[in-house]
Amino acid sequence: MTKVIADHIVINKFSPVEGHYFIKLQSPVEIPTINPGNFAEILVDSTPEVFLRRPFSILDVHYKKKWISFYVKAIGQGSKRLGDLNKGDKVNLIYPLGNSYGIPVNAKKVLIVMGGSGIAPFILLAKELMKKNVKVVFLLGGRSSKEILLTSEFSKYGEVLMMTEDGSLGEKGLVTEHSLFKGTFDFDLVYTCGPEPMMKAVAEIAVKRGTACQASLENMMACGFGICLCCVTPTHEGNKRVCYEGPVFDVNYLKWQT
Amino acid sequence: MANLNVKIHNLEFRNPVTVASGTFGFGEEMSEFFDLNRLGGIFVKGLTVKNREGNDYPRMAETPSGMLNSVGLQNKGIDYFIEKIYPNIKHLDTHIIANVNGGTIEEYVEVTEKLNDLEKVTAIELNISCPNVKQGGMSFGISCPSAIAVTDAVRKAYKKTLIVKLSPNVTDIAEMAQAVEGAGADSVSLINTLLGMAINAETRKPVLSTVTGGLSGPAIKPVALRMVWKVYKAVKIPIFGIGGIMNATDAIEFILAGSTAIQVGTANFIDPLVSLKIIDGIEEYLHRHNIATVAELVGALEV
Ligand SMILES: Cc1cc2nc3c(=O)[nH]c(=O)nc-3n(C[C@H](O)[C@H](O)[C@H](O)COP(=O)(O)OP(=O)(O)OC[C@H]3O[C@@H](n4cnc5c(N)ncnc54)[C@H](O)[C@@H]3O)c2cc1C
Ligand SMILES: Cc1cc2nc3c(=O)[nH]c(=O)nc-3n(C[C@H](O)[C@H](O)[C@H](O)COP(=O)(O)O)c2cc1C
Ligand code: FES
Repeated sequence: MTKVIADHIVINKFSPVEGHYFIKLQSPVEIPTINPGNFAEILVDSTPEVFLRRPFSILDVHYKKKWISFYVKAIGQGSKRLGDLNKGDKVNLIYPLGNSYGIPVNAKKVLIVMGGSGIAPFILLAKELMKKNVKVVFLLGGRSSKEILLTSEFSKYGEVLMMTEDGSLGEKGLVTEHSLFKGTFDFDLVYTCGPEPMMKAVAEIAVKRGTACQASLENMMACGFGICLCCVTPTHEGNKRVCYEGPVFDVNYLKWQT
Repeated sequence: MANLNVKIHNLEFRNPVTVASGTFGFGEEMSEFFDLNRLGGIFVKGLTVKNREGNDYPRMAETPSGMLNSVGLQNKGIDYFIEKIYPNIKHLDTHIIANVNGGTIEEYVEVTEKLNDLEKVTAIELNISCPNVKQGGMSFGISCPSAIAVTDAVRKAYKKTLIVKLSPNVTDIAEMAQAVEGAGADSVSLINTLLGMAINAETRKPVLSTVTGGLSGPAIKPVALRMVWKVYKAVKIPIFGIGGIMNATDAIEFILAGSTAIQVGTANFIDPLVSLKIIDGIEEYLHRHNIATVAELVGALEV
């Protein structure tokens, strides 16, 4: 029984831009090993409007100090209320859930493409990649500079490239139009997380270049731990649970990829 | 200590708290959270003759105090259950109850026959109330003659305890309960999900791929309570009460309305430990009211 189900206390909340929050929570118990890509199910409140838990990737963790953190982009009632939490507030968490990113033994250089709330799983992955001496290039996309977050954190682990739709930061356009994709493409693997159309476009490029690609899906979930079958995605072996067999899948295994 | 034992047909349950089909998988994932032997029983995910992939995503929509689902009985089929899943759960010391589904009477019978010899599957729950499949399912459960026909056929094919799960999407559920009782059911369970739908006003599109789905959770509790009460007054066989049970008080309400045992469904998604809390809460209630056995409370509503 390695899963935590417990009330956690908000010890820090930081909002760099309106609608985007970084929340740090104190665990009352030892935190089990968290692998990059794992997520938590957060019980925001049990009101009629936010009845079910909400899934959020684990951003970072400190085993000795027993804290765990999340990045929350407010899009609806649940995420807004999470963002409204204050220091000292309690929320119930279940974690770690789901599978995690795989790092091939022979990987030397990888590309991480992210957009929207898709930045969250990559701090833990970056740490893991650094331990294994894998070179990383981060490509962050967003509508405008306001949506490009965590760049100083990512720059500790590798080169950071940016792309905005309005050109306010980095190159102008969609991530998949970045000049990086025009030159020599010497990555052993591409990791991606973000809006599904973006991930599909990234997967298509990776597949064309013959590069392996792992995508982390954000399907809507009812339970988050494998018992309801609401979150499935079609694969070549039938419908699989994004919360249990995923959220990370090799794109060649998924049916959505072209 | 209060006595939580209840009897359904010829089966003893260590307590009246069981978990509803489709909301607990086959128990394997949940054993990561707690000792399943504390439960009265486990109704496993719906089984069909062959592998079913279920409906397309999105299959879920959150609604006020509840949710809609249109999973559509995704499962790997009865043979896979027997060969691959049953060996992993047969060590459990609690009732494993199989939820049987079909598109035709023959399919219901085929699944049932294969379950006869599984020692640890002590009962079956005949699901004639699934709203999320195109063929069979609920269509058997919304007319008396077809409910009788399928119950009768399965009764002949099954030696052990037969529970029939009733649909709330009918005019008179008591009449349905009487019909399946007459056809040989040892118990009835109710309710399955209520038909409903959710719309995204911005996109003008339905939220579910199937447009309509089944509503569950506390939103349906008052409807379910009334139906249990109606059925309790109409039949002699014991009832499993289901519908939006979130805590011990809800469970007690269902027992007072006439349920011998209850099933916890959607609440498992919010708190995987909820069933344990319900068991403890029932015990505490009995203690506080100075009642020796939970069985005394069944149908004890004072009207
Ligand atoms: C494994 C996983 C990890 C995630 N990690 C993060 C994270 O680290 N940070 C973060 O900010 N978000 C993350 N998300 C997304 C987050 O769970 C949703 O934004 C949140 O559940 C929305 O809840 P809400 O109540 O605010 O919005 P709701 O009111 O539930 O929804 C608002 C609108 O968004 C749509 N919507 C809701 N959830 C999703 C979804 N998952 N995919 C597509 N559309 C959706 C709804 O249909 C609705 O139109 C993750 C999701 C998953 C499955
Ligand atoms: C995601 C989901 C899947 C379900 N699958 C089944 C099923 O396979 N067979 C069945 O008889 N009932 C199924 N049900 C219905 C439940 O067993 C239960 O009758 C219903 O959800 C009402 O109880 P609740 O409000 O406590 O959830 C399912 C319900 C949900 C929410
Ligand atoms: S969300 Fe319930 S199985 Fe994945």
